[in-house]
Amino acid sequence: MASIEIRKVSKRYGGRSILSGLSLALEDGECFTLLGPSGCGKTVLLRLIAGFEAPDAGSILIGDEAVADAASGRMAPPDKRGLGMVFQDYAVWPHMTVFANVAYPLRLAGVEAGELRSRTMRCVEMVGLAGLDRRLPSQLSGGQQQRVALARALVSEPRILLLDEPLNNLDANLREEMRFEIKALQQKTGVTILYVTHDQEIALGIADRLAVMDEHGELRQIGAPEEVYEHPADDFVFRFLGIANFLPFRREGGVLYAGDSREAWRGPPPGRDGESLTAGFRPSDVMLSRDGGDGLPGIVRRASFLGAQFDYLIEIAGVLVRAALPSHECVARGLLFAEGDACRVELASVQWFAGHIAAAKNM
Amino acid sequence: MNTRAKPVSRGFGTPELIFLLSVGVLVVVVAFPMLLIFFNAFWVDSHFNVADVLRVLQREETYQALLNSLILSGGVTVTGTIVGTFFAWLVTRTDLPFKATMKLLFLVPFMLPAFIGALAWKMLLSPRAGYINRLFIDVLGFDGPLFDIYSYAGIILVETMYLFPFVFIQVSGALERMDPTLEESARISGADLFTITRKITIPLVLPSIVSGALLIMLYSMAHFGTVAVLGVEIGVYNIPVLIYEKIHQSAGSFDSIRTATVLATVLVITAALILWAQNRVLAKGKYQIIAGKSFRPTELKLRGLRVPLLILCVAYIALTIVLPTATIFLVGGLKTYGLPFDLENMTWANYNHILFEWDLTRDSIWNSITLGLAAALITMFAGVIISYVIVKMKVRGKGFLEFLGMLPFSVPGSVIALGVILAWSGKFGINLYNTVWIILVAYIARYMAFSLKANSAALEQVHDSLVEAARAAGASMAQALRDVVVPLVRPGMIAAFFLIFLPALRELTVSVLLYGPTTRTIGVAIYTLNEDGETVYSAALAGIALVIIVVGEILIKRLVTGKSGA
Repeated sequence: MASIEIRKVSKRYGGRSILSGLSLALEDGECFTLLGPSGCGKTVLLRLIAGFEAPDAGSILIGDEAVADAASGRMAPPDKRGLGMVFQDYAVWPHMTVFANVAYPLRLAGVEAGELRSRTMRCVEMVGLAGLDRRLPSQLSGGQQQRVALARALVSEPRILLLDEPLNNLDANLREEMRFEIKALQQKTGVTILYVTHDQEIALGIADRLAVMDEHGELRQIGAPEEVYEHPADDFVFRFLGIANFLPFRREGGVLYAGDSREAWRGPPPGRDGESLTAGFRPSDVMLSRDGGDGLPGIVRRASFLGAQFDYLIEIAGVLVRAALPSHECVARGLLFAEGDACRVELASVQWFAGHIAAAKNM
Repeated sequence: MNTRAKPVSRGFGTPELIFLLSVGVLVVVVAFPMLLIFFNAFWVDSHFNVADVLRVLQREETYQALLNSLILSGGVTVTGTIVGTFFAWLVTRTDLPFKATMKLLFLVPFMLPAFIGALAWKMLLSPRAGYINRLFIDVLGFDGPLFDIYSYAGIILVETMYLFPFVFIQVSGALERMDPTLEESARISGADLFTITRKITIPLVLPSIVSGALLIMLYSMAHFGTVAVLGVEIGVYNIPVLIYEKIHQSAGSFDSIRTATVLATVLVITAALILWAQNRVLAKGKYQIIAGKSFRPTELKLRGLRVPLLILCVAYIALTIVLPTATIFLVGGLKTYGLPFDLENMTWANYNHILFEWDLTRDSIWNSITLGLAAALITMFAGVIISYVIVKMKVRGKGFLEFLGMLPFSVPGSVIALGVILAWSGKFGINLYNTVWIILVAYIARYMAFSLKANSAALEQVHDSLVEAARAAGASMAQALRDVVVPLVRPGMIAAFFLIFLPALRELTVSVLLYGPTTRTIGVAIYTLNEDGETVYSAALAGIALVIIVVGEILIKRLVTGKSGA
């Protein structure tokens, strides 16, 4: 219902720069996810849009209106920005019942009593709290409180919905359910959603488009979830979207050798030049076979059975990588490795990055 | 969505204005009078003079006052700590019958003003006229009085009765919150109950015992009433009493004011040392063993001692609460002090006279209630605003504000009164002396810390995001304050109100230094009537004060528990 445009916004806290010259545009009616590690400044961006903080430089537009502009000193207060917001710590008012909490935005807007009641109740039902409307927040679980916060943010049908890790404290099932709920709601009402999280699974699942922010508050990549997942701009993005394996290669006489070994890369050639490259891949991209087959030789260093899949830690040319294989496939093809077994490794899909990139420490 | 924009506040805005106002109020009310005391004590003939201060301290009477303060508060601290710890252990860690009731009863002495207790004990145990002593001499044929309340031991005993709850509350709280698995694991390791108590329990609650003991010492050091009622007869006086005499008897001569300021300085330094020691003990004692949760501690089976110990508790309560209270009401109803308590000697006339006829006592009740209300209201609202600055606003220098507000917490009442006299007796253009305003200013200074504590605690519960959620929902700042902050802080405000109103009702230490001919408070009236030998009227007024205090305490409990139930 409204677009958001952030133009070269900078924000500092006590001498530390959180955001510098950040620009980002959200289209009207899209669900946009901002994904980044904790402390990267994504919450600050949300608070800038909401109007709880003023930018040190740059401007923010909601629709056509400049709600914050550092140059002219314009700053629309939060209550005049027409938004709904869900806070990380729910921020449900403890002295009001569920009904009073959800009805509050309508009450402020001066909605007539009958309509206020029906709209509030509809919203309470929508988040699955029917029958609990007279409870006080202290009588609700954390997940229920979070849904009160969501209902409260939605009840006035705002132009923009700002969500700060709203599903953090829900258990896995409820989180999934609420994720579908938010998505369905957005399609129904057409509200513009900005969803801030550090959980890549939710981010990928819910977003029309997403942006990945690094710990310095810089946007590394913006795009559709599939695009960002399949074609990460750099190793930071790749690493952030799931468990990442990195295997360094060096080029000698036109041939790529793994690590400092003499084992050559036989897969499809990388679309990149350079003397040193790194192959990035997910555990599920690893295809294993018994020793003697095709692929790079490796040694199984750790084998763990996780039910639906086997998780192997494999050493290739001095580098440890993780592999995840479906249990049924391991059984059918006789791939039940023990620690110390030799194996061959092929990769179904590889992202090539320039230079040598060290893997994460705890595999 | 148009033109409601306002400039980004930089530099001087509303927060800074409120901050400066808060600092201004606290400087005028609290800091300025304090500084005047030090100034008057050390600044002689327009230069800094320590030698003169030492000379004042070496005088016989000042030296004696210091020594008495030390003996009395030391004695009360020892006895109060033993009594408080013993009863705390009894109601938390044993199978004593009616524990919950007992626990509440042991807190009752907190409600009763110590000087009214002292008055009652004077009526019971003064060497010649005391009812108990007379009973023993006249009826039972004793040669001399059973016990002379006009003595160091008498003063220490009376103060102990009213101050031991400081230790009782701290220790019973610590014993209740202590994780019982600590003791159980010692037991599994093979320690017997005596060893566990010695090696585990006592070391763990020691910080609470010490901190309670230091509170008793702080309070006793600054306490005026009991010593004034019981000690003066035999020439025993402590620092607050000497300050009172200096101010009252020599009608503002420079030398007596200076002596008073030196004594006040000693009192402030002692109080600061005690509070510093208490902070250190509490900081050390935070070995996170005493968790916030409430556990069910293991109880010691008293077996054969159950009934005797219950009788001991009941007797203690009867002796320290029921007996003095009953004495006050009965003496208040006597036709003449000294008559036996026969029905024919009793009359309602005293109460009637005090409540409806005599201007002096009627005024004193009216003064106390209006002063208490005014001080409580002003301090409550000022406290909310100042706490809001301290807790919620991002302004520089708010640590200074907190320091200023908490300062009076460690400053004894007589010192505050003295500072107020120095500041508002016309030297600086405003003369409030002998008016009720000077008492009001002193009350505000004295009770500001209570209000700041209660309100800060309440405000800290109101997380910023609650206000932001209201703003995001479309509320203006004023609406967010009205709908979210105020309802959530209200219990804290009500608590602050009563935390100030009730002590102010029975205040003596401050008012006795500040009262004028028409501005007696209840406490002052009771005290001066007693001094003038009007014992029955003094008792009757004390009885009325007790009724007002108890009714007030009950109201507060109702209000606070009722409102914050959510």
